[in-house]
Amino acid sequence: MAEKDKKDLFETIWSMLASVQLAVAVFIVLALSSIIGTIVEQQAEPAKNLALLAKFFGDSAAPTVYNIFAKLGFMDMYRSWWFVSFLSLFSINLIVCSIDRFPKTWKLVNLPFKPLAEHVIKTLPVKKEIKFRTASSAAVKDEFLNSLKASRYHVLESTEDNATQLYCQKGKYSRLGVYVVHLSIILIFVGAIIGARFGFGGHLNLPEGQFSDVAYTSDGGEIPLGFTVKCNWYETSYYEGLDTPMEFQSELVVIENGREVLTKAIQVNDPLTYKGITFYQSSYGMLPNARGQFIITVTPSGGRPETLRLMFGDSFEIPGTGISGTIDDFSPALGSDRRTGNLTTYSENMVNPAVGVIFNMPGQDAFKGWIFKRYPQTGMLQGGHSIRFDDYWGAEYTGLQVSRDPGVWLIYIACIIMAIGLYVAFFMSHKKIWVHVAHESPGGKGPVRISLGGNTSRNKFAFEKEIDHIFTRASQAVEARQAKK
Amino acid sequence: MSSSAFFNISAGAYIAALVIYVIYLVTRNKTVGVSATTMTIFGFVSQTIAFLIRWSNSYTFWMTSNPSSGLVEALLRAAPLRNLYESLIFFVWSLIMIHLIIEFKYKIRSLGAFVTPIAALALLFIDISGTSKEIQPLIPALQSNWLLFHVLLAFLGYAAFGVSFGAAAAYIVMVTESRKEKTYIFWSLIIGIFIIVLVAMGIDFMSLSADERKNLIQSHFLKSTFRSESGGVVAASVVISIAFLFALWQMGFGLKKVLASLSVTTTMLEEIEYKSIAIGFPLFTLGGLLMGAIWANSAWGKYWSWDPKETWSLITWFVYALYLHARFIGGWRGKRVAILSVIGFVAVIFTYLGVNLVLSGLHAYGSG
Repeated sequence: MAEKDKKDLFETIWSMLASVQLAVAVFIVLALSSIIGTIVEQQAEPAKNLALLAKFFGDSAAPTVYNIFAKLGFMDMYRSWWFVSFLSLFSINLIVCSIDRFPKTWKLVNLPFKPLAEHVIKTLPVKKEIKFRTASSAAVKDEFLNSLKASRYHVLESTEDNATQLYCQKGKYSRLGVYVVHLSIILIFVGAIIGARFGFGGHLNLPEGQFSDVAYTSDGGEIPLGFTVKCNWYETSYYEGLDTPMEFQSELVVIENGREVLTKAIQVNDPLTYKGITFYQSSYGMLPNARGQFIITVTPSGGRPETLRLMFGDSFEIPGTGISGTIDDFSPALGSDRRTGNLTTYSENMVNPAVGVIFNMPGQDAFKGWIFKRYPQTGMLQGGHSIRFDDYWGAEYTGLQVSRDPGVWLIYIACIIMAIGLYVAFFMSHKKIWVHVAHESPGGKGPVRISLGGNTSRNKFAFEKEIDHIFTRASQAVEARQAKK
Repeated sequence: MSSSAFFNISAGAYIAALVIYVIYLVTRNKTVGVSATTMTIFGFVSQTIAFLIRWSNSYTFWMTSNPSSGLVEALLRAAPLRNLYESLIFFVWSLIMIHLIIEFKYKIRSLGAFVTPIAALALLFIDISGTSKEIQPLIPALQSNWLLFHVLLAFLGYAAFGVSFGAAAAYIVMVTESRKEKTYIFWSLIIGIFIIVLVAMGIDFMSLSADERKNLIQSHFLKSTFRSESGGVVAASVVISIAFLFALWQMGFGLKKVLASLSVTTTMLEEIEYKSIAIGFPLFTLGGLLMGAIWANSAWGKYWSWDPKETWSLITWFVYALYLHARFIGGWRGKRVAILSVIGFVAVIFTYLGVNLVLSGLHAYGSG
């Protein structure tokens, strides 16, 4: 008795977990609750969401609402216990319903494929009939066989009581497409769990010329890398004449056991990976109170260029010209004010860096000139000498996203599997066709009668067109034969 | 001729086609129907030319700043699918293409009267939202081979969902027996709100200077009507909107007779509504979700970070997954699934426009 009850209980739970009602409910709950997390900013400073809530509920109620929301996990909703539970329920539902339905589908796939009686063919969803007066049944059968083969069907044949039947099917495994899609979703979940359990996500702000052997989690914890990473330089390049960034780039060096093992200039869509840890270009910025080096190349007219690394206040000379200069000023983004026309610094970032130089030229009073990094013509001096402002180095940091995700390969595989599954499930169908060929009168006499019928698991419209095509092609071929006679 | 000249011709042609499709609905004259289709094809060809010219211009633009690029790389980077303006135009193009395919395949011309309005609304939106039409340099995050495929497939999916929405909207009208049915009230509300928001944005547009128009959505959205500082204007907007919704609810019912007299069958509409989703769903899943995730991983090191854009595409995906499961396994038919198709498209619009314009997130670069 108890055994039976247990079994009943198990079956009740099983059928509940396998039910489409549960799927529908989970879809709705996940979709609706996901909306909350797109409105309430996730993992944000409390002040941001308080300001948002004040708009909806008023200033006085906002803190109370905030506390309720925080208790419900809305501030980091996608990691809250209840949201994760719904995701788990989603995957359990997916697994159970797939297991529950698979045997039935498998049976359909492997259903013995047999010829049908003519009266059954006439009841199929797609059907056609035609009679040929003067043709032989063998000739008619051949033409239909050819036509089916031309549409790439593998045709079987059976003969019984003076009648021949051609029958064929295509795409029986397409019925499994939906299970492939379900499987791929489960693999994505598995990949995500592996990533969350064995991987990490962190960040690292690395100033130009500096080293680090750790990255940092969002709450400030250190993650040892197992090697050292160094930033040689960071650089934003811009589209000519515009302040729209063209590329964010930094050159990273991996140092292990005191040896430089890998050097790479990374870009936004082109990260560096070493020993499973990947460094992505994610942000950049200026270091407060940094004292960087001015990298300047001086070229006397017709002479050899010489690159100098100078500090603020340093002086330099263009060899053999008697021209000298002193680094006197710097602006990360020098432009002229739209209204007054005066020079002004319009951004804290190095959007349009310029170095201010006090020049001393023989026979002239000292004067100040600006040389722009992005506009080399600003460094062209009288007499064909030039000064190029290459970089203000050591004042910027590169912002790196650092992560290790041992589950990501599974995600990629799952994506490929899902693409295949979707194609099979939505663009392929299980099609069956039967063609019954017989003479009207017994003993191979009278007109030849064709009854064609077929069914398909999906996309009946296209199937009807295909049948039309097969049928017309065969009929025309038979008629052409008749005409020849 | 320039790309924008061809584009303006196509926009004009689509709006003319919309008018002719509606005349066709009323007169049921075959010649009128043929001219509606001809006008649509004319617009489509013209827009295709505009698209190709823009691609070529943008290729030249890319090559000037990146002379060392290879041909394939430059073509991928230059694909005109890079900002709000370009993607909306591509949406219109895909929508018309899918509509034409269905019109020829199913011989159902009257669907045009439901699909061309979506195209016209998108075109109107392009103009009044004041998005920049210039060819803009490609920001670093978008410089990826995934850009073309991700946007292309996702938008073909969106367009298929748009066609399904058109069919579902027509279907709901056809099966409505009485104005008091909830489905029909829902229908009137959704269609009405679409029109009201666009008209309100049109009023914003007209009351702003050319410079302010550029930030219409970000700073002036509905400020001339529902969000006006004057209480009277707000009240008037609300009253007029309610009156409009009421009128739509009263008159929309009349479409039913028109459709029935055109021998549009509910079976046909249901088939189109479903078929479009059956095409749109795999395209959107593959192009929108999967390729988006792979791209995010190669750019940011996270394939899924629950940012609003990702989350809203997932919500959209849930709605259409619900549609498919309810239909196949649950055996839902008729109005219940038609409503899901309508909700699905509302989610599409929010995923595409609402997230870029209303919510902030990693994808904020789409708002230019």
